[in-house]
This record gives sequence, structure tokens and C-alpha cells, in this order.
Amino acid sequence: MNRKGRFGEYGGQYIPETLMNAVIDLETAYGRFSADPEFRDELDTLFRDYAGRPSRLYFAKKMTEDLGGARIYLKREDLNHTGSHKINNVLGQALLAKKMGKTRLIAETGAGQHGVATATAAALMGMECRIFMGEEDIKRQALNVYRMRLLGATVVSVGSGTGTLKDAVSEAMREWTNRVDDTHYCLGSVMGPHPFPTIVRDFQSVISREIREQIMDAEGKLPSVIIACVGGGSNAIGSFYDFIDDTGVRLIGCEAAGRGIGTIETAATMSTGRPGIFHGMKSYFCQDSHGQIAPVYSISAGLDYPGIGPEHAWLHEISRAEYVPVTDSEAVDAFEYLSRTEGIIPAIESAHAIAHVMKIAPEMEKDDVAVVTLSGRGDKDCAAIARYRGEDVGE
Amino acid sequence: MSRIHEAFGNGKAFIAFVTCGDPDLETTADVVRAMAENGADLIELGIPFSDPTAEGPVIQSANARALSGGVTADRIFGMVRELRRDVTVPMVFMTYANVVFSYGPDRFMSECRDAGIDGLILPDVPYEEKGEFAPVCRKYGLDLISMIAPTSEDRISMIAAEAEGFVYIVSSMGVTGVRNEITADIGGMVELVRRNTDIPCAVGFGISEPEQASRMAGLSDGAIVGSAIVRIISDHGKDSAYRVGEYVKRMKDAVSEAGRR
Repeated sequence: MNRKGRFGEYGGQYIPETLMNAVIDLETAYGRFSADPEFRDELDTLFRDYAGRPSRLYFAKKMTEDLGGARIYLKREDLNHTGSHKINNVLGQALLAKKMGKTRLIAETGAGQHGVATATAAALMGMECRIFMGEEDIKRQALNVYRMRLLGATVVSVGSGTGTLKDAVSEAMREWTNRVDDTHYCLGSVMGPHPFPTIVRDFQSVISREIREQIMDAEGKLPSVIIACVGGGSNAIGSFYDFIDDTGVRLIGCEAAGRGIGTIETAATMSTGRPGIFHGMKSYFCQDSHGQIAPVYSISAGLDYPGIGPEHAWLHEISRAEYVPVTDSEAVDAFEYLSRTEGIIPAIESAHAIAHVMKIAPEMEKDDVAVVTLSGRGDKDCAAIARYRGEDVGE
Repeated sequence: MSRIHEAFGNGKAFIAFVTCGDPDLETTADVVRAMAENGADLIELGIPFSDPTAEGPVIQSANARALSGGVTADRIFGMVRELRRDVTVPMVFMTYANVVFSYGPDRFMSECRDAGIDGLILPDVPYEEKGEFAPVCRKYGLDLISMIAPTSEDRISMIAAEAEGFVYIVSSMGVTGVRNEITADIGGMVELVRRNTDIPCAVGFGISEPEQASRMAGLSDGAIVGSAIVRIISDHGKDSAYRVGEYVKRMKDAVSEAGRR
């Protein structure tokens, strides 16, 4: 087995031959530019002046008092420009693509956050942009579709398969095989063929580096636990990465269980899936006994994906990180709870992580510290959550 | 070595593809017999996958139709065993890595051998990852077919040098499907392949008309047609075999023509 781009046995490059030179070129360029101080400076400047980094680490005092256990901090990726952690990866990849001489960005999107971030970077850097989005997601994330168009991107509706994130990824891959010369596929999560899981993780790991510094300032010690939601897993790996060697820090990824892991309407990959090969990588996938990829479901378009990044599969296998299922109903409760308690409306994706800290914080000691990554803001979800509660807000 | 070389033993080869179970396995078996009777030299049997990322809309739909009819690898092995009572042309499977991985590569290849399959095409397994499947194929006497693409350039020599059965030359960028024009330098790709291996090479992706097939076979050792056949089946369902047979005959004649030039 090829060891390149492997996390244990997971990862690899399971893609058509047509794309092989494209990923090899990308790997070479990334190797060169990631070591280039000028590239680092440019990216750091973009992070600071454009994205608004470092993002805040906010002590959620009311929530801490209300839950009555661990001290809870929120890593506010929702305060980044474009409203989520996705901008970290996109600025890195867009800058890299530009240096490689690419003039066009394509990307998949589920909730629309990655699409908006990609469209934003394309506008900033004067690149053409084409976003692939499942037709179901276009329906449930109408506001983000408008934002992408406003930013100058073309949004392509993907009707194949289940019309969700998985199909958007497949279609973006197909488009990339069609046109690689001038086009960079700006993959939105720590998934796909090598080198994407590594590149995306490196750009997102700014989250955990900042957490370390900020929590040391605030508490003078490392957190007891770090909690993040996981679809493909980019905000989670970004939040975990700098702490992987600190084995005293528990790392917990919250998967979308949809209507529950006992039902078929779920997207909890670790809880219900098994190892497989899909979308360029070996990892865990929700699939039937014949290896057909399962049509997954979650209220959260961003977590509605049947796979998970290969580094998470590895962290799971060596028991370094835990992966827990969180249902739609728990996530919606958390969405409302954080809004009322702290005056922060979280993305429904991030609400999965909030839901889990609500479960475990009360049982933790008062001097324990829990950091929850708030991967995005929830404005985009208000209409869908209202609908879930039987209310029509007219969007 | 498998029987695949026999497909190229009699002039230029015509290679025909069909998605198994579209719309049902009885139709697929009829289609395969019609292909063989009308001169197909090698038959590619597609085992459907839920998310065929290298396929265009025509074969994507065929995969979806086949899966909704409940076809599985085991039922396809059964069909091949039946076909092997009277069909002697070499047959290979075309499917995605997860279908084989999920079945268990050893068990899958063993079933292939027992059913009478000669080789395997996995479009999402490039040179870098073939080490996971090639040794198992070899153990059961199957050829793992290598693909080269218009973007392969400096990789062609490396891939061709280790190729088995035949080299599948992808004529165009993008996914499978009918195209009006094939612009890649097929001749140049073939020359590089031939410099590195003695095994034959055939061109696929985008071929639907006899003239295209003739031209591509003229430049290489054969022509591969998939989407154009799948489209006939999509239009005519259970009554496709006769029409596919007619089409294969026309295409085979064009390809043979190229061999005599």
C-alpha cells in the first residue's frame, strides 16, 4: 500500500488517473509555499486583517453557572469574516491556487458556509468561481445561495443521488477531471485524496494554536476537554490538532445522528459506518452491506455527509479522540439554549457540539475547563429551525 | 496472464461496456450474448456503485436504475457463471474500489476467477494505490487494467511498464459520455505506451460513432464504447439486446476496417 498521505491505514489517493498529476502538482506547490516565509506572511496578514483573526475565546459565564460543572469557553469561529471557520482553509487554498497560476476555483458546499467562503476568496483574489450544491441544500440554505451569487460565484444545482453534500462533492470532482489546467478544487474539509486532508488540517490548525495560547492566558492550564462538531471534520481537526500530543486533553467530535443512530435517517459515520473507500480516501463511511454509500440524513446540511476525514478515522482507531452522536432534536434544543443563555445564535452544525457540552459539563468538576468550538453563526439556520418548530418565518 | 490477449489476437478489438442489472440481469445477459454474437472482442461488465464519480449522466443513471432493481455483486457473479456456459469472449468487471473493498478483495477476486472473469478495471484506483489490489488479482489470475489519461504525461511510461491485460487510454478530460470530438493526442499517448510495454492498448471515453471508433482503433489496438450502448438500453429497456447487437456489429465492422487499412 502507498504510504503517502496516510493516517494509519486511512487516507490515500483513490481518484481517477486524470486527476493524479493535479494532486501531485498541488502537493509539490504546497510543500514549496508552506515553507516560504513570504507566503506565510501574506496568509497571516489575510487572517488578521481580512478574516479578523485571532478569533475570541469567550468564557460562557451564564452557561457555566447554569450547567453547574466545568468552566465553559467558546472558541468563536462564528465571528470570523463570512461567519464560520471555513474562511481559514479557503484563504490558504485560494492563495496557494493563485501562486500556482490557477484562475478558477471550484468547490462543493453543504450548508453553504464553505461555498460562501470560497466565493468570498475568489472575489478578493479576482478568480472565477463555481460552487456545486445539492438541490436539497439549495432549498434549505436559500440565504447562502444568494450570498454566493452576490459575491460573483455561479451556483450549480446538483440533482444526482440524494441532492446533498455527498453529491456536490462527486460533481465537483467530476468537474475537476473536466478542467484541471486553470482550475483549483478548493475542497472544504479534511477529506478527499491526499494532500487535501493535510492541507486543510494545516490551515485550520490555527484554531487549536490560538486556543492553547488563549486558555493558558485565561486559566493558566490546558483544557480538560475540547469539543467540536464533525461532518468531514475540518473545524474539529483544527480544534484538536495542537493538542493531539497532550494526552490529558480529551478530544470529542460530535456527529450528526439525525433522527437517531438506531434509524436510517442518520449521518453519524463513526457510530453507524465502517471502513471504506470513497471520494478519494480510505476512511469510515455510512454504507450498506454491499459497499453502496448510504443516503444519510441530518437537519444540518453541513454535517449531512456519509464520510469523515481520514485523520479522524485514525484518531478514532487509536482511541485518541472520541466521537459521539447528537440528534437533530438535541441540536435544536442547544441552538435555542445558547441563543437564550449567552445571546449567541450558533450554526446548527456547531449546536451539535453545544448539545454535547450540555450533557457532560454538569458531571465535570468545577475546576475542569471545557472548550467548545463554535464553528459558525446561525443566521443561515433560523428559517429552517423555525420550520422544525412548526413556524413559518417566510424565507 | 488471463485470456484478455485473445481479444486482440484477431485484428483491432472492439470492446463493449454494459452496466449489470440495468434494467435487470436477464436483460444484461441477453445484451452480453448479443454483443458476443455480433463481434465484441472483450466485454466490460459494470458492477453498479451508488456514487460513480468517474461517470457522466448516462452511466450514472444506469447505475441508479440497476441498484434500485436490487442487483448485487453476488447476483452478478451468478449471471456471469450462467453466461460462461456459452459465452467465450474475455470479460472484465468495471467497478469502484469500495465495491471490492467491502466484499473483501480476496473473496471478490476468488469469485471472479470461479465465475470466469478475466480482469478488473477500477477507475478510482490509480497507479499509486494499485498495490492494494494487484497482488490479489495476480493470485487469482486476473489482470488489473491500468488507465492513462490526457493529463498523465510523465506518468505514462511508469504506468505502461507495469500494465497487465491491456492499457485503457482515456481519450478525453472529464467523465464518461458521448463526445462530438476527441482532441487529445491519442497517437502520442499510444507511442509512449508502446515504448514501455508489449501489451495492447485501447481507447475509450466519448466514442459513439463508427467513424470515431475506426479512427481510435486505427491509432491504437482497439476502441471501447460504454455510454452509447448504455443509452440504447436506457431507451429500449428489456428489448435492448437486438438493438445493441446491431450497434455492436456496425462498430465492430468499422473497427475491423481500421485493422485492414
